[in-house]
Amino acid sequence: MFWSGVKPRRGVEMIAFVIGVCTILSLPFGSNGEAIPQKPTGDVSIMPPIKPADGPQAFPDAEKANMPVFTMDYPRIQLPFEITLWVLLASFAKIGFHVYHKITVWVPESCLLIAIGLMVGGIMHSVHEEPPAVLSSNVFFLYMLPPIVLDSGYFIPTRAFFENIGTVLWFAVVGTLWNSIGIGMSLFAICQIEAFGVQDINLQENLLFASIISAVDPVAVLSVFEDVSVNEQLYIVVFGECLFNDAVTVVLYNMFSYVADMPVVEPVDVFLGVARFFVVGLGGMGFGLLFGLVASFTTRFTGNVRAIEPLFIFMYSYLAYLVAELFAISSIMAIVTCAITMKYYVEENVSQRSCTTIRHVIKMLGSISETLIFFFLGVVTITTEHEWNWGYIMFTLLFAFLWRGLGVLVLTQIINPFRTIPFNMKDQFGLSYGGLRGAISFALAYTLPDNIGRRQLFITATICIIIFTVFIQGISIRPLIELINVRRTNRNLDTINSEVHCRVMEHTLSGIEDLCGQWSHYYWKDKFMKFNNLVLRKILIKDKRAESSIVALYKRLELQNAMEILDTVTGDLSAAPSLISLYEEKKDTKNPKKKFGRADLRSMHDLLSKNMYKIRERTVAYTNKNALPNESQSKEILIRRHASIRRSIRPGSFQSEPVPKSQKYFSLPAGQNLDSHFPFKRRSRADDEETMSETAYPSRRIRFNRPSRSSSRAMVPLQRMGTLTEASSVDVVSEDPGRPRAPPLPAPRRHSDNVPDEDTEREDDGAAEHANPPTSPSWAAEPTERPENRTVRNPLLRKPQWNPKRQ
Amino acid sequence: MGASQTRTEDVFQELSDKTGFSLEQIRILHKRFRQLSGDEDTISKENLEKIQALDKNPIRNQIIEAFFDKRNQNDGEVGSSREIGFQQFVKVMCHFKPPTLKMTTEDKEAMRREKLRFLFNMHDTDNDGTITLDEYRKVVEELLSKSGAIGLEAAKAIADAAMLEVASINVPHMEPHEFYEGITFEHFEQILKGLEMESRMNIRFLDVDTSTMHCGKSQ
Repeated sequence: MFWSGVKPRRGVEMIAFVIGVCTILSLPFGSNGEAIPQKPTGDVSIMPPIKPADGPQAFPDAEKANMPVFTMDYPRIQLPFEITLWVLLASFAKIGFHVYHKITVWVPESCLLIAIGLMVGGIMHSVHEEPPAVLSSNVFFLYMLPPIVLDSGYFIPTRAFFENIGTVLWFAVVGTLWNSIGIGMSLFAICQIEAFGVQDINLQENLLFASIISAVDPVAVLSVFEDVSVNEQLYIVVFGECLFNDAVTVVLYNMFSYVADMPVVEPVDVFLGVARFFVVGLGGMGFGLLFGLVASFTTRFTGNVRAIEPLFIFMYSYLAYLVAELFAISSIMAIVTCAITMKYYVEENVSQRSCTTIRHVIKMLGSISETLIFFFLGVVTITTEHEWNWGYIMFTLLFAFLWRGLGVLVLTQIINPFRTIPFNMKDQFGLSYGGLRGAISFALAYTLPDNIGRRQLFITATICIIIFTVFIQGISIRPLIELINVRRTNRNLDTINSEVHCRVMEHTLSGIEDLCGQWSHYYWKDKFMKFNNLVLRKILIKDKRAESSIVALYKRLELQNAMEILDTVTGDLSAAPSLISLYEEKKDTKNPKKKFGRADLRSMHDLLSKNMYKIRERTVAYTNKNALPNESQSKEILIRRHASIRRSIRPGSFQSEPVPKSQKYFSLPAGQNLDSHFPFKRRSRADDEETMSETAYPSRRIRFNRPSRSSSRAMVPLQRMGTLTEASSVDVVSEDPGRPRAPPLPAPRRHSDNVPDEDTEREDDGAAEHANPPTSPSWAAEPTERPENRTVRNPLLRKPQWNPKRQ
Repeated sequence: MGASQTRTEDVFQELSDKTGFSLEQIRILHKRFRQLSGDEDTISKENLEKIQALDKNPIRNQIIEAFFDKRNQNDGEVGSSREIGFQQFVKVMCHFKPPTLKMTTEDKEAMRREKLRFLFNMHDTDNDGTITLDEYRKVVEELLSKSGAIGLEAAKAIADAAMLEVASINVPHMEPHEFYEGITFEHFEQILKGLEMESRMNIRFLDVDTSTMHCGKSQ
């Protein structure tokens, strides 16, 4: 049971606390005469701080008749209540770390969590409080572990992973076996030395222990790697290794804890063990694949029940996990494979919102689990009895370090010839030094069955190794990686060009492979893509047309923009109603509603035209364990919203005054739809023509029809970019509402920087506005401007942000 | 027979020295070459067009063209040859060698440029040193040609957007009257700077004995 291990004494103190809180909170309600009558059975009106669990017996029948004014039933809510408090506490801790950003740069979060846990443990220890028995084997395996692995499984960068799948599996499987067996054997050898007094630990137990501590969990390392953007290969190998070696470790753990019970181990058992290892691994993969496909198939039909769409994803993954657990095959493999399989299809089927929800919830659950485990680790370190054995623990540390290093060295030598890009010594250092032990190790050790003789010693040793690696290695890895200058990759290259050229390159490679008659990586990739397009997508995806990744990227960029625009527009409406009404009153009392609608359309039109062609960095594919991929976006939305609010409260945006001819927009006849419904004056075709000739743009213009695909705004010819209307008008409201408004005229044209009072304003507008000299041609990128004012630039020509220094 | 055998061996050895492929790889490539050419000494476009596996490749034409493009032979000539011999065939293949551990930074840089140059030449069909918008559009069109539903407009829009992107990256401060003509090789390098071509545009040629991993010394 989850929290049932709470000792009565603990309950007492809890109660004391709760009473304090509850009396304050519930007094108004308690005194309310209409409180629901409580059965006077087990509940007492005011609970004296003794033996709360024995409620019924504790009170004589004398008080039965009165309606209780104030009741409390702590035992009833104890379990969820305490869980909530713990989660909340851990989450507060997380907020705390991020208040001081510098801390998290240098000290990994797991260190801080453990440190907080240690403090809380210290407090609890000083009041002689026992930690809650959160972690039982069942709780860990059924509730805590699935979110963690689902998190890593779902967010693994798929492409990179499949490109390196051989190496990843090699390190995860063989590496873990190597570590377990190596450490286990050498510890067993140490156990033979009498001086340490640990002769009673037999080989099986040593192996069991070794398998526990060979689960690496480099969350901390991954976030460091991401920050310094080490090369893709190294990153993905560490990521994948941590993912799959959890699976291997758990399998080994189960096997060894089974074996540890056996009095005699026969050779047959060894072979059966090996066979079982494969059955368990591959079986898990099979189940995962199955559930992943079913999940994808299901989401084909969830179009009408968007609200529960995300639920399917969680339920199917969990189901995969549970079913795998049922057959005692690797449930981690199952859930990971399920996540990897369905991710691609599901994300195409579900709506954008559901997609976001799925990601957020997975992240959230994963990080809660992990936080709790680390936190708990800190608490347990202080509060439990330890069995300290210098020899055993020191040798454990030594061997763990040694075998890891040796393993990486040897395994890399073997795998390198098979890699197109071999690992160099620096990469190898990164790999071996990145072998932190973490949450999984601790949880496995903590849930060791009681029949293991030296359980305490194992727990102590595991905690030692975790704390040692997390603190020492975790803190020092960033400076070290930076010092040795590991090869780095720029990851933020989500520009259309790189996508196009990557595709060209891939096609070329697979073409050349075909030419050579070789069957290797690209050949198989190509084959799979064909199969995927011909069969899988037809079955699993609503919209069956195969889609090139370039188009997909393009659409995604557009969709993002469109969403932001919508967001901004609605933001305007909701954020500035009073201002709006103020205006409407003054100006145009007749039919303000319709006017407004139009004006709104207008501003939407403007926004669209401004934003349509913005090529924007796609979100980073790599995510660190504790951050969602899309974080940068929200910031931008805020900026944009801010900008657009300012814009909208300017006079210009609320009237449909004719747009000066000379103002050309870079994008298209943005929204032909809008225009057709509300035919205010468009920047005309003539303009387009003019633009074209002016820029000597070679292409003949194609009047695009609205393309069939939904996101088709994009299919628009490039046009001229011009000033934004609003830029010229005066920001009346923010400056002085009473002041006479600027005439609703075509804005006086002005060159960017010569109006001093607006300069400042434009600077904080940040996102989008820029007045362009009227004659600048369509290809004129970045209009000249003051260098310090980087944010004020044309959104259409947004530079993909890469930072050449990072190469 | 024996004489010609040794002669081919010599040729192979020489090729291997020149290109950095191992003898084993050269032999495998040669076998394939013979097979493609129908046991002739030279190979023509028609030979390559017959390859079944290439049919599905959207940029099949560019790939085949690349083999006959003299620019990819590094001997200063331009234009397109009608037929190529085994030597030229290997030279083209050479662009796809993976980097090795022993390479210095300069070697890698050179390798990257070479690979980029190869890609660039694929796009720059008229060999004027720039990829013009038309050329770019053509590439994108072909890329998308196999995916059915997406029409020409989409391809154009994407190519336009991509071109705009290049322009904005490379010529951030363009004068109003200027016009971005096309992507020069320098700009091309610039936009693909972060892509690490040297570690991506590789094919692991068959024969994985470790000696092949040291083939980077050639240039």
